[in-house]
Amino acid sequence: MSKERIQISEALYDIMPSDYQDLVKSATYGKEDRGWKDIGTSKELIEQHSLCAGCPESMAFRYILASLPNPEDTVMVGSTGCTSLVFPMVAVHNIHSLFGNQNAIASGLKRALSVRFPGRVKDVVVLAGDGATVDIGLDMTLQAWFRQEKFTTICFDNELYANTGGQESGLMQKGFVAKMAPVGKLFDKVRLPEIARESGCHYVVNCTVSKPSLVEKVIRNAVHIAREIGPTYLQLYTPCILEIGKNSMEGLQEMRDSEKPAERFAYKEYVSEPAKQLLAELAAKDKERKAAAKQLAAQAQAN
Amino acid sequence: MTDYRVLPGPEHFLPPAAASMGIRLPNPGEAHINGVIASEEKAYEEAARQFLMAKVPTIFPGPLVLWAWNEKAAKKATAIRHLFNTLKECVQPGQKPMLIPMPDYRPKYPKINPEVEINPNHPNLTIWHNKIDCCVFVGVHCHQANLSLKIIRGGTSCYTIAMCAQAGHEDAMLSFRDASVEKIMKLADTIKRLKGTVQPRLSAKNGASN
Repeated sequence: MSKERIQISEALYDIMPSDYQDLVKSATYGKEDRGWKDIGTSKELIEQHSLCAGCPESMAFRYILASLPNPEDTVMVGSTGCTSLVFPMVAVHNIHSLFGNQNAIASGLKRALSVRFPGRVKDVVVLAGDGATVDIGLDMTLQAWFRQEKFTTICFDNELYANTGGQESGLMQKGFVAKMAPVGKLFDKVRLPEIARESGCHYVVNCTVSKPSLVEKVIRNAVHIAREIGPTYLQLYTPCILEIGKNSMEGLQEMRDSEKPAERFAYKEYVSEPAKQLLAELAAKDKERKAAAKQLAAQAQAN
Repeated sequence: MTDYRVLPGPEHFLPPAAASMGIRLPNPGEAHINGVIASEEKAYEEAARQFLMAKVPTIFPGPLVLWAWNEKAAKKATAIRHLFNTLKECVQPGQKPMLIPMPDYRPKYPKINPEVEINPNHPNLTIWHNKIDCCVFVGVHCHQANLSLKIIRGGTSCYTIAMCAQAGHEDAMLSFRDASVEKIMKLADTIKRLKGTVQPRLSAKNGASN
């Protein structure tokens, strides 16, 4: 649905809950350079959520939704887990898949959207936890990449099954002891970013969500590259503060500690050659657009 | 033919789908009342009577009319506002007509505000909170309307009316089909015509029970 069609019937406007009125009045649908800086000055696309106080996943959600380049024409595909408690409060089309099926569903969805809306850009973004992406759904994840499906896969990596009480996951670090994994992880954290690169992803990033500007940049890059070239993968560290024994205020510091050089979430990026070319073209266009806008503003001021 | 009748509940937590009990949908030009096929004229009168009898008659407009996604939707919204205004003019002191929107279908976590909206996944909360004893669904996609109507029949004593733009709803106590601006206006006219001829249920137990 394009922005022009998101309008409330005038005759019933007054009975619409204020959330919806605000979405129409002051959300950033259709804004070309929308980003995390809109948070606080415009209506966010996430309303309330039922995540724990201080949960880094809620921060990640806010930054991602603020950064999607085309939210009115984006469909997000989620999977079971803490994220599925948030999706009902998100003002972007979304589908809840069976656990692990998210990349298979996104593949079909992206193809169907291309057929149904041939002249329009429709983005598909998968957002799932590490259990759905790397353990139960690994087959679907990899097969989508092998087939070069044009959508973005985002993994909220909290390094365990948080929603069900702390079981071991493939992305858990070696030796970690969780509430329901008392022996400690016996093997290394699965190196999915490397696997993604080898499987054909054109843009792969491994980072935390401690810096909103960085999240904005990688989300925009990933969506643009997926739209034009092929699959992209983002692995974002969103620690479960409850399961790793932290307090509400300690989530941000946990992410900062984990992104230091040589730590497991030190920023790593892979960009394929065609993707590099596309990003350069987009940057040039962006520069041109900003220069033109600046010139217009200067002219308006002079008049 | 079936002896099953679609009546105000509470039937039980998992009432059978009326279709599975042999209730069939009306043909064009017809409606159904309690699962029995009736003429549209009779259905207008019965719907108007139920509204005028209710303590809290309520209209639940859904996304198909709340959002002006085409010209027809905006016109239906205007007709619904007219229906509500007519209802307000025609009820007696003590009756409290309401117009509560169903803006979308996502389940509301962590909570819904039943004073300002209704959600098809837990419509009973809004019915209970506002003590609604008669309601009409209009502009709600059929599968979501079916879900709501079943939950309401299962857990409340509210009388449900469906103003369906497609083939009607077996799970409503009264259902029109092929709803249009004209049909909504005709319901408003019928309410106006029957004004003062129906005694409201004000002395009875207030609103829907649980």
